[in-house]
Amino acid sequence: MFRKVALGSLALATMTAGPALAQDISIKLGVLNDRSGVYADLSGEGSVVAARMAVEDFGAADKGIKVEIVSADHQNKPDIASNIARQWYDADGVDAILDVPTSSAALAVAEITAQAGKVFLNSGAATTDLTGAQCQPTTIHWTYDTAALANGTGKAVTEAGGKKWFFLTADYAFGHALERDTTAVVTATGGEVVGQVNVPFPATDFSSFLLQAQGSGADVIGLANAGGDTVNAIKQASEFGITQAGQQLAALLMFVTDVHALGAETAQGLSLTEAFYWDQNDSTREWSARFEERQGAKPTMVQAGVYSSTMHYLRAVEAVGSSDSKEVVAKMKATEFDDPLFGKGYVRGDGRVIHDMFLFEVKKPADSTSEWDLYNQIAVISGEDAFLPMRDECDFTE
Amino acid sequence: MAMTENESGQEVRFLKEVGMPRLHKVIFLVLLGFLIALPFMVYPIFAMKVMCFALFAAAFNLLLGFGGLLSFGHAAYFGGASYVAAHAAKVWGFTPELAVLAGTLAAALLGLAIGSLAIRRQGIYFAMVTLAFAQMVYFFALQAKFTGGEDGIQSVPRGDLFGMFPLQDNIALYFFVLAITFGGILALYRIVHSPFGQVLKAIRENEPRAISLGYQVNRYKLMVFTLSATFAGLAGATKSQVFQLASLTDVHWSMSGEVVLMTLLGGMGTIFGPLVGAAIIVTMQNYLATFGAWVTIIQGVIFVLGVLLFREGIIGVISRLLKRRL
Amino acid sequence: MGQLLLGLINGSFYAVLSLGLAVIFGLLNIINFSHGAQYMMGAFVAWMLLNYLGIGYWPALVLAPLIVGATGIVLEKVALSRLYKLDHLYGLLLTFGIALIIQGLFRNYYGISGLPYQIPEALSGGQNLGFMFLPNYRAWIVVASVVVCFSTWFMIEKTRLGAYLRAATENPALVGAFGINVPRMITLTYGFGVALAAFAGVLAAPIYAVNPNMGADLIIVVFAVVVIGGMGSIMGAIVTGYGLGLIEGLTRVFYPEGSAVVIFVIMAIVLLIKPEGLFGRAA
Repeated sequence: MFRKVALGSLALATMTAGPALAQDISIKLGVLNDRSGVYADLSGEGSVVAARMAVEDFGAADKGIKVEIVSADHQNKPDIASNIARQWYDADGVDAILDVPTSSAALAVAEITAQAGKVFLNSGAATTDLTGAQCQPTTIHWTYDTAALANGTGKAVTEAGGKKWFFLTADYAFGHALERDTTAVVTATGGEVVGQVNVPFPATDFSSFLLQAQGSGADVIGLANAGGDTVNAIKQASEFGITQAGQQLAALLMFVTDVHALGAETAQGLSLTEAFYWDQNDSTREWSARFEERQGAKPTMVQAGVYSSTMHYLRAVEAVGSSDSKEVVAKMKATEFDDPLFGKGYVRGDGRVIHDMFLFEVKKPADSTSEWDLYNQIAVISGEDAFLPMRDECDFTE
Repeated sequence: MAMTENESGQEVRFLKEVGMPRLHKVIFLVLLGFLIALPFMVYPIFAMKVMCFALFAAAFNLLLGFGGLLSFGHAAYFGGASYVAAHAAKVWGFTPELAVLAGTLAAALLGLAIGSLAIRRQGIYFAMVTLAFAQMVYFFALQAKFTGGEDGIQSVPRGDLFGMFPLQDNIALYFFVLAITFGGILALYRIVHSPFGQVLKAIRENEPRAISLGYQVNRYKLMVFTLSATFAGLAGATKSQVFQLASLTDVHWSMSGEVVLMTLLGGMGTIFGPLVGAAIIVTMQNYLATFGAWVTIIQGVIFVLGVLLFREGIIGVISRLLKRRL
Repeated sequence: MGQLLLGLINGSFYAVLSLGLAVIFGLLNIINFSHGAQYMMGAFVAWMLLNYLGIGYWPALVLAPLIVGATGIVLEKVALSRLYKLDHLYGLLLTFGIALIIQGLFRNYYGISGLPYQIPEALSGGQNLGFMFLPNYRAWIVVASVVVCFSTWFMIEKTRLGAYLRAATENPALVGAFGINVPRMITLTYGFGVALAAFAGVLAAPIYAVNPNMGADLIIVVFAVVVIGGMGSIMGAIVTGYGLGLIEGLTRVFYPEGSAVVIFVIMAIVLLIKPEGLFGRAA
């Protein structure tokens, strides 16, 4: 029964590497993410479901590849993440770790993966350091990063006339990185940054910071934060009539689950950048419908990224005929993909995955026909424009 | 703080024994034998984590169980030391034993400073002062440059012990950690059963009487506070070498809460309780990680049942049944 | 000026929450660590009333505290009442465990992203005060909290019922001898304190995201407020709640990074200089 569906989506994934041979490979994948904290809804169990769907859709069992999936909660803490990652590699025979939101945790896992000589398929983390200052030959970074977000939202908003920016920055590495990358894009596009405030993380009350932003005379208030902080800031901005008074909000990182939590009423008109939205085309709709059936919510781009990266990994394993990390990573970097969820793309030498990003605008409640009907697509940002150029020292292909 | 009624009777009998009672000697020996075999049975890093937390809980127990002082900010010493040790090893290139020493020393100084202010207050106010200072340490760790914010200090190198013996191998590192934690726990045992420890118990049971007997109560309190902070620091510094990482988790107030939980679950004021408590909690966190949100629920249930049904803790109950001090 | 007003609004939450905590501590000698979770429950019950039963904000403002208060009463009967003779520590640990359970359960059923709750029709919009735009709802929060705080203080300090309560904590046996059902009074007091937390939760629902973690970090701050005000002092909790809201508001302007820690600095200073708290009676 599920084979039928699986075939359907496989047909869309046109890139397959050679005929399926009856190989005998067994692989263990570890989905390591937040299962109880602020990112549990955008990654969490949904990412495990996505990984499982990838294994089923790929038809791993029929190709002689035995795949086992384990999962754990890293609670967004680097120490717990590195502890689990080490144990998975050393003791439990895990071949690749998937997802890992939260930049600090992701960097810790990247380091350990390199030491262990395994594969790290990141989808959830935002830091550009994964393929930059702390790049590793074993890291592959899917979905998005702070630079891509800045190049999407930052550029579009500045070009549309939002020249003067004020940042509300979550006071931790991710927030600062997002602010730094967006500032670069804003100034390059002819805008300027008139001020910023570091907000302790996590925060519930933003009114005081919003008031400072209001007094700054900026056109745009850039929210360099994530998850619950972004939701709260937007909610309160609407309450204090910030947007009615003529200032524009730019949420630099927002997931469809956040918009869903806010409701279209409050979120309408926001522009944001994502790599994936369920309602883009037939194949995203088909996959998302199957995902929703299992998980009870539409997938986020992070979960979609877990699906696609698992798929690409399995194809490489099949082509190479073993789970040898070096060969598999080399194969993944050598093969372009045409993914049902992310379209055409490729893995760069530094492990950065290059695919299109999309600028969306949140629909007005009147235009929204269902609970999850939330976005209008405004623009496509090609992968080459969205992501940072590769650093020479991070090119790990020979 | 909370005393069990039958304790004073046992105290007298216990005082008559000189040195380590045979039962304790046997338990320590069995434990040592078990720990030597352990890394060949389970994942060594997991075992090292358990030992670090066992030392941490034992250090905390010195203050709560024997000093009668509830600190709600012990994460400050544990985490503070782990930052200093990680920084020493990574940036200054210290060898592991010197890095651990530096971390421990830092925790001792921190404990001395905070302790000298906190011991002026009693009961819940004492706990609140320690919490307030721990929050400030947390804030410092979050803001200071060298701590790396929420990234923590990552990829701390595993150096060579005394500059000679490489510790990169998990088993080699294990025995280094075993030596430190087991030594630390034995040292704590000595402190508890020294004349100093007896004065502490006297203060815990009846502070006015201890004062009237001529003891300078505050000096004793400060000393036990500093000692407890020092050993907590030793545990934290060692942990940073094991995980090659110092992070905010170790200084967050929930870590202070966790050590209270470990100590109570095992049995406060017992010798072996904190070790058992730490082992159970760490094992639970390790093996329940897959269950996600259920971990907190299960922990909550243990808290509630523990408080309602086994206030003496696991070892406390066993000790009562056996009528022996453990 | 605008910032001061915002500080006062935040102080309103601190005041209502710390009031509940102070009432429970003052009369039961229990440090209610599940207060944050009960605040969260208040917001969630309001959301459930709206989404499952179609009951709006105004009835929820009364119903949610009653419902959460009732769960508090059950909790007191089943568990807390066994601990009164023991050290503070055990009450704290028990309620801490309960907070973990409640938060975990809500997280499992409702996820973490939070749920939307709209500002009631009558209070949407706002006033332009010249120096700032004040949403009507925020003004309502200040009014509601002042009314609740003052009536609670009045009830406990100035009425006969309050006198019984205070007497019962001093000497339960004696008050019992006068024919007053002391255990029931204590149970109801706990229920009342919990209801206050839930009330604050309903107030918060429209402006903060309704999510299972909304009370988790708040508890430590509110607890500090109670300690600074003087454990068990009703007036102390109220005044300190507003005062610290103001101080925190100012810190957000001059040193925003430090706004999360300023309360603890104040707590340490107060405890070291005046250990019984600003409004507490010397122990």
